[in-house]
Amino acid sequence: MDSGTLSDFHLDVLKEVSNIGAGNAATSLSSLLGRAVDMRVSRVVPMPFNGIVDYAGGAERMILSVFVRIEGGISGNMLFVMGTSDALALISHMTGASGGEGFTDMGLSVIHEVGNIMIGSYITALSDFLGFELTPSVPSLAMDMAGAILAFSLSEIGRSSDTAIVIDGCLSLDGNPLSEEESSHIFLLPDPDSFGRIFQALGVAGHGGR
Amino acid sequence: MAVVRVGIAESGVVMNPDSISTLGLGSCVGVTLYDEKRRVGGMVHVMLPSTELARGTDFNRSKFADSAVPDLLKQMIRYGADERRIKAKLAGGAQMFSLGGNADSLLKIGSRNVEACRKVLSALRIPILSEDTGGSWGRTVELFSDSGMLEIRAIGREKKLI
Repeated sequence: MDSGTLSDFHLDVLKEVSNIGAGNAATSLSSLLGRAVDMRVSRVVPMPFNGIVDYAGGAERMILSVFVRIEGGISGNMLFVMGTSDALALISHMTGASGGEGFTDMGLSVIHEVGNIMIGSYITALSDFLGFELTPSVPSLAMDMAGAILAFSLSEIGRSSDTAIVIDGCLSLDGNPLSEEESSHIFLLPDPDSFGRIFQALGVAGHGGR
Repeated sequence: MAVVRVGIAESGVVMNPDSISTLGLGSCVGVTLYDEKRRVGGMVHVMLPSTELARGTDFNRSKFADSAVPDLLKQMIRYGADERRIKAKLAGGAQMFSLGGNADSLLKIGSRNVEACRKVLSALRIPILSEDTGGSWGRTVELFSDSGMLEIRAIGREKKLI
């Protein structure tokens, strides 16, 4: 299924998928931090690859990202993405470090673990909701330019399209983004042939065609 | 002097004194071609190694090494470059994440991209003057059409000219 053929109804269904997955991830982070974390917005937007990079703050923006490949009933990539100031705020909240020393190994492993927990709970919720067995890869952390991280994550989708449907959950802590910078994101990037399977699993495959 | 920006799976050609740049190459490869006499420089941001991976027949040719590089060569010739003088430089093809097990072929996309670019350049008889490929970090590159030098910038690394 090409992103251009999705109806508004189907985009709404995907938004619900994001609400459930990212909502569950926010709950996990909440219990980890002992503070309110919620989903600020769920967005489902078909975007050209270069637009996705801009959406994440531009190709050269430094981000921290935890990446997981999903296989099983549906396949795709998941990314937990934080800006550097968000990440430092989170590390300082969890370890008491001042953040003045930048990213230590300990700090990076905190982000790695947070990303792991968030993506894991997203996938669990997704798997329950859709009734699919989903197998995640070992989560991996990178701190680098957003363009480099995102283009890699889009390479499978690139086989059939120059556009991806970004299923994005923006997270906020205590009603605010973790810092002044743009809030953190949890992206689901399903492979193109997975959309049909999601709609079939939810019994809405025939609805809302254009 | 203008800087022409090339996005993911896009290409462009510039003439002296302009430069051409692409930002945040990860597993993608920036292939540059240059004719030092005419001072014409071209760049393409390759995302995948081969059109054999494409699903369907209506695809963006600038995305795949085996279609993107020959197309860029043609574009260079239209700008007055002489095929016999054109030389190439490569950058990118990193492995951004390290995962275990079944995700292997996905992860090796960077080195597969580099291999594919080398292969297609060799088939076109274009020599590769230099490259900065592999590793696990992102790169921003800029080709200067007055000199043919390729500048490579990465987070936490010294700027490099190849």
